[in-house]
Amino acid sequence: MTYEAVLQLEPYQVDRVSKKEMFTKELLRMTEFHIENCPQYARMMRAIGFNPALADNYESIPFLPVRLFKELELCSVQKEDVYKIMTSSGTSGQQVSKIYLDKATAANQQKTLAKIFSNIAGGMRMPMIIVDCPSVLKNRNMFSARGAGILGFSIFARKKIYALNDDMELQIDAIQKFLEEYKGEKVLLFGFTFMVWQHFYKALKQSGRRLELGNAILIHGGGWKKMVLEAVTPEAFNSALRDLCGIPQVVNYYGMVEQTGCIYIECEEGHLHASTYSDVIIRRGGDFSVATDGERGIIQVVSLLPWSYPGHSLLTEDEGVLLGEDNCPCGRKGKYFKVLGRLKNAEIRGCSDTYATKF
Amino acid sequence: MPQNSNLTYVLGNEMVEKNMYGITALPIFSDEAISFLELLSKKILSDEESKKFPDVVTFGFWCRKSSVQKMAQPYKDNTCSLGRRIVFHIAPSNVAVNFAYSCVAALLAGNASIIRLPSKSFRQVDIICRIFKQVIAEQPNMEGYFLFVRYGHDKAINDKYSFICDTRVIWGGDNTIDELRKSPMKARANEITFADRHSFTIIGADKYLETENKDRIAQDFFNDTYLTDQNACTSPRIVIWVGDNISQAKNIFWQKLYDYAKRKYELQPVQAVDKITNLYKMAAELNIDIKMVDTEDNLITRVEVSALLDTLMDYKMNSGFFMEYIATDIKEVIPLCNSRCQTVSYYGINAECIKNVVTEYRPQGVDRIVPLGRTMDFSLIWDGYDLIRTMSRVVGNE
Repeated sequence: MTYEAVLQLEPYQVDRVSKKEMFTKELLRMTEFHIENCPQYARMMRAIGFNPALADNYESIPFLPVRLFKELELCSVQKEDVYKIMTSSGTSGQQVSKIYLDKATAANQQKTLAKIFSNIAGGMRMPMIIVDCPSVLKNRNMFSARGAGILGFSIFARKKIYALNDDMELQIDAIQKFLEEYKGEKVLLFGFTFMVWQHFYKALKQSGRRLELGNAILIHGGGWKKMVLEAVTPEAFNSALRDLCGIPQVVNYYGMVEQTGCIYIECEEGHLHASTYSDVIIRRGGDFSVATDGERGIIQVVSLLPWSYPGHSLLTEDEGVLLGEDNCPCGRKGKYFKVLGRLKNAEIRGCSDTYATKF
Repeated sequence: MPQNSNLTYVLGNEMVEKNMYGITALPIFSDEAISFLELLSKKILSDEESKKFPDVVTFGFWCRKSSVQKMAQPYKDNTCSLGRRIVFHIAPSNVAVNFAYSCVAALLAGNASIIRLPSKSFRQVDIICRIFKQVIAEQPNMEGYFLFVRYGHDKAINDKYSFICDTRVIWGGDNTIDELRKSPMKARANEITFADRHSFTIIGADKYLETENKDRIAQDFFNDTYLTDQNACTSPRIVIWVGDNISQAKNIFWQKLYDYAKRKYELQPVQAVDKITNLYKMAAELNIDIKMVDTEDNLITRVEVSALLDTLMDYKMNSGFFMEYIATDIKEVIPLCNSRCQTVSYYGINAECIKNVVTEYRPQGVDRIVPLGRTMDFSLIWDGYDLIRTMSRVVGNE
């Protein structure tokens, strides 16, 4: 089955039995492909003694910790076929993930995102307000998860405006003008969760002015790490934005640069959903066995998309719980889950002080 | 109140600090020092709170009069050795009692000590400081020899103490050493640096299979490793097997360790992720066969390697990550014995064999050869330094 054929399937209509069959077959095929085409990956699989012939379920296919993409250059296509290298956002000095994309994989990321997006926002292209600064795409050092997210969602834009200037100041007048121009149309607001909170919500509130966003949809992602420091819960975030500018639909998503395209969006019930194109497995830290529904564990993400790099099965550094499968009241099929935050750092003892700087 | 707001005096005060600049050194193993330690030991061993901390109790035992007298034996002929005067110690941030050993070594060598205590707060540090205070109250003549302080990464304070000390002792690894080296010392001052080190262990399979007390060995090995998250310089990262019935010995050894560690050690999920990441990194980057051994869970991660490369220790990991190798000749360990190599522990083989390899090949590393279970025992010979001789001077008389 080609990925193009997978993409023909609706994003939330494949039930667990068919999904399991498809994922077991396809992920095994991808594992074998990457073993043949990525020598480092092949050595890793040999080291753990993985035998594809004995895997009868996609849960028994090995996963790579996402951090490996920061430490190794993992690529399953010829150098000349690399179309672009995507990097994760990292503050200066931090190592960043390097994700190797060929043309097909890059295009599939866009198509996948489009399929998932149209399920929640409709298939129409909309006027889009990007809650970020214009330099985020100009500055090569910043071209990262933030840039990729903006570029990815921009394909749904009919016309775009940046909400912030390069000093991160909210451009209320310009936004107001933009909204008047597209009065009556559904508007897409997109940004990283913390940026939306810090530079949109707080700045707008402080200005005492109002923006009429009663016909908008806000899509935001990127994690709650900084929001926890601000002590803002998802519920508080949603209601704050609704109260301040009447945004009726606020949609959080979960995703990572290592599996761009396959995002997990939040439904009307507040649950994150796996689409047809990817899946989550919650694993116990103690032995990496699969956790039961409702049990806290490490989130593994699998995706049928990554053919140009061995990123089809990844162990994240996030904790989460599986809430259910095929039975969310919103009507979407597939697994739905909750992200609980980053794995807690261990306080390692010992006389060497290098641990903190190692990763 | 201390004059510098970034600095807190935990033991001693501004006055002690001022007077220390004019203090007189003691002879090595002085009566004053031995009697101070005798009282310190008694108080530690009878203290209700210290009993809860095995590392504090071990320290108390180490300071006993009989123990100190034994330590003094090798220096009996040094009729005129005196302390250098002031030793400035930078304690490691994440080991509780290490500062106390460092301080006692300096005292036995005849010196006053300025100690930068660990930045992380430890109950053990509080207890030891409290008992030091009590002993000083009874032996006030010793008050001027101890100044224990706490401060953050403050170069100005590093500068001050570095410049007044006669010996600087830096624990805490390479980064700390680099940081402190930015603070100059007097021309005559010397320095002891404890850089990042690694260690390994050698086990004779046949002797191991013969022994009755395999549970005890498991416990000893646990203490060498898991007790410090396998992250001390002394913690073995590689287990080298020699002998005939190795696979049988391995099975029993790891099973016993598992049974013990399962009860005593709690592995955090992030540690499990770190270990599998490291395993994959080894497999991807090293040009030798890397084979993970199937285990019950993530508590013990075992990785069999097909050769002992000198780069193997670049992949050392903590939290129960063991590389394993079967050696047909003990000489095969030589690539591991570079300047970073500190402790070689052993069980079921003769220590002489290891010593012979070291004297024959003279690698840059291997500073200690100790029985399995004893890697954490502090001694006055540490990391290749004779601490007494390095922190004292000899008055020559021909």
